[in-house]
Amino acid sequence: MAKVSLQGVKKNYGSIRVIHGVDIEIKDGEFIVIVGPSGCGKSTLLRMIAGLEAITEGSIGIGDRVVNDIEPRDRDIAMVFQNYALYPHMSVFENISYGLRIRGMSKADIQKRVDRAADILQLQPYLQRRPRELSGGQRQRVAMGRAIVREPSVFLFDEPLSNLDAKLRVQMRLEIKRLHQQLGVTSIYVTHDQVEAMTLADRLIVMNQGRAEQIGSPAEVYSNPATTYVGGFIGSPPMNFVPCKVEAGQAVLDDGTSLALPERLRGTPAGAYILGIRPENMHVAQPGQGAQFTLAVDVAEELGADTLLHGKIAGTDVVVRLPSTAGFHDNSRPSLVADMAQVHLYDRESGRNIH
Amino acid sequence: MIERRPIADMIGHLILLAAIFIVAFPIYLAVIAASHTIEGLSQAPMPLLPGAELLTNTAKALFDGPQMVGVSGATPAIVLLGNSMIMAISIAVGKIVISLLSAFAIVYFRFPLRNFFFWMIFITLMLPVEVRIIPTYKIVADLGLLDTYTGLVLPLIASATATFLFRQFFMTVPDELVEAARIDGAGPMRFFWDVLVPLSRTSIAAMFVIQFIYGWNQYLWPLLIASDYQYQTIVLAIGRLIRAPDAFYEWPVIMGMAVLALLPPVAVVLLMQRWFVKGLVETEK
Repeated sequence: MAKVSLQGVKKNYGSIRVIHGVDIEIKDGEFIVIVGPSGCGKSTLLRMIAGLEAITEGSIGIGDRVVNDIEPRDRDIAMVFQNYALYPHMSVFENISYGLRIRGMSKADIQKRVDRAADILQLQPYLQRRPRELSGGQRQRVAMGRAIVREPSVFLFDEPLSNLDAKLRVQMRLEIKRLHQQLGVTSIYVTHDQVEAMTLADRLIVMNQGRAEQIGSPAEVYSNPATTYVGGFIGSPPMNFVPCKVEAGQAVLDDGTSLALPERLRGTPAGAYILGIRPENMHVAQPGQGAQFTLAVDVAEELGADTLLHGKIAGTDVVVRLPSTAGFHDNSRPSLVADMAQVHLYDRESGRNIH
Repeated sequence: MIERRPIADMIGHLILLAAIFIVAFPIYLAVIAASHTIEGLSQAPMPLLPGAELLTNTAKALFDGPQMVGVSGATPAIVLLGNSMIMAISIAVGKIVISLLSAFAIVYFRFPLRNFFFWMIFITLMLPVEVRIIPTYKIVADLGLLDTYTGLVLPLIASATATFLFRQFFMTVPDELVEAARIDGAGPMRFFWDVLVPLSRTSIAAMFVIQFIYGWNQYLWPLLIASDYQYQTIVLAIGRLIRAPDAFYEWPVIMGMAVLALLPPVAVVLLMQRWFVKGLVETEK
C-alpha cells in the first residue's frame, strides 16, 4: 500500500497538449475515481501512472519514490484493462499466475496466492478453463485476480466495467467496492460512468479537456460543483443552468422572475451570471407559499418513484424531478419554488462557481 | 444459404467430380504404372488396372534407384527423399523463425527507418530466386557452399510473404495484451515467446505447410547447387531420370519413385490441414 502523488503532470503528443497539469495527493488506501467524457485525458493520466505512457512534464510518485523513469513492472502496481487483456492461450490459473511465474516465485507460493485470489473472486471452479470459455463477468474477475495476486501497492482500473451488461455492471461495481474494503489497497479507477464514479469513490477527479476541473468527495462534487461543466456532467439528469442578473441580493431571470439569494450569495457583485440548480431542488409550491415560477412542461418522463418534467423556465430548457405522486404529466403547468439554499451562481465567461 | 436447388446442386457436384477426375487421373496412372512389370507396362494400350508389382517396384526405387542403360550411378530414392526432407524442413522452419522475428521487430519496436526496412523486405517479393539466380549462385559458390545442405537452404530462407503474414497477424493482437505483459513484468523476448508465438500457432502451421511444399518443389536452385548426387533432391532426380538421352527407362520404378515423391507433401497437408485452414481463416484473440 502506498500513497500516490501527482505534481504538475503534463502530457504532449507532438505539439498537442492533452494533459494540462494535474496535481493531487492520493492518500494510502484511498479509492480515487477519475471521471470524464471520452477524450478528456482520463485514460492517458492513468496510463501515465501505470508507466505505459511517458510523462512530458511534472512528476509522479508512488510510495516514497518518483517513478517517472521506472518501468511499469517495477512500479509495484497492477492494472485491470477495459477489454480484460487476458492471454487467450492460457488457462485462468496461468493467466493469474503469469506475473508471479515471471518473477520466479516458488510453485507453492504461487499456488497459495492464486487460491486466495480465486476464493475472493469465486473463481475456483474455472481455474483450468480458457478465457474464451468464460462469460464477460468471469473474465473481468480473472483480470482482477491477476491484479490481486501481485499484491501491489496501487490498483489501476481502466474502465473495467464498460464491456459488461447493465446488470452485471452493478454487481461487479459492488464487488469492486467490497474488494477495496477487504484489501484496503490504494485504487485509481477511470470511468466515464458517473454512477460508478459516485458510488465507488472516496474522492473524484472530474476531468475536462485535459484539466482536473474539480477534485473532491462525491457529495462535495455533487452538491457544490466547481464549474458549470462539473454540474452538467455529474448528476443524472444534470444540473439546470439558467442565465440571470444579480441585483441587490436578488437573481433576476430573463423573464423578470426575481429570486432572493441565500445568505452566502448575498454579497455577489451585480452583473450577469448563470444560476445553477439541481432538478431535485425545485419543489411544488405549497398553498400560501407563493409560486416563484411556473414550469411549462413539454414532456414528463415517469421513472417510477420520481417523474422528470422537461420544460422551460425563462426561455431556458430545464428538468425538474418531482415525486410521481405529485401527479404531473405532459403539458402540465406546475407552480414551483426553488430551494434557494441549494443554488449556485456561476460566472458567465469562465463557468466558475462564485462562492 | 439454406435454399435448396437440386439442379444447381447437381451441376455443382458434376463440376467438382470432373475437377477431381482431372487432378486424380494422372496420379492414378502413376500408381498403376508402378504396379506392373516393365514388360506388362510396355504393351499397347497401357493397362488401366493395377498389377501385382507395386511393392517390388517401390522398394526397388526406394533402395536401389532405377537402372538405366547408358546412365551410371543411380541414387536410391531413400537418399533423395532424405535430402528433400532436410531441404524442405530447413527452409520451412528457417523461414518461419526469421519471419517471426523480423515481423516482431517491425511491429513492436520503434527504430530508425522502420518503415524503410519493412518496404525493403516487401520489395524482395519482386525478386524470387529465378530473378536473382546468377548473383546468388556467385555468392554461394564464393562462400564454398556448393554441394552442401547450407547452400541448398540458406539462399531460400528469407521470406517476405511469411514476414508480411506474421506482421498482419501481430497487428491484430490487442495493444492491451502487450501492456498487460509489460505490467506483469515480461520483457520483449519473454512476451514474444510466451504470448506471441503461442497465439501465432495456427499461422505458423499454415506457413509451415506452404513453405514445406515450396521447399519440396524447388527444382532450379538444387539443379545449380547439387551437382553431387549425394545432395540431389527427389524432384530433381526424377527430372534427370527421364531426360537421359537414348536411355532405356525403367518406367515402373521411375513411377514408383514419383509416387514416393508425392507422399511427404500429401502427408504434411493431410496432417496439418485443420490448422492450416484455421490459420488462414480464423483469428483467435
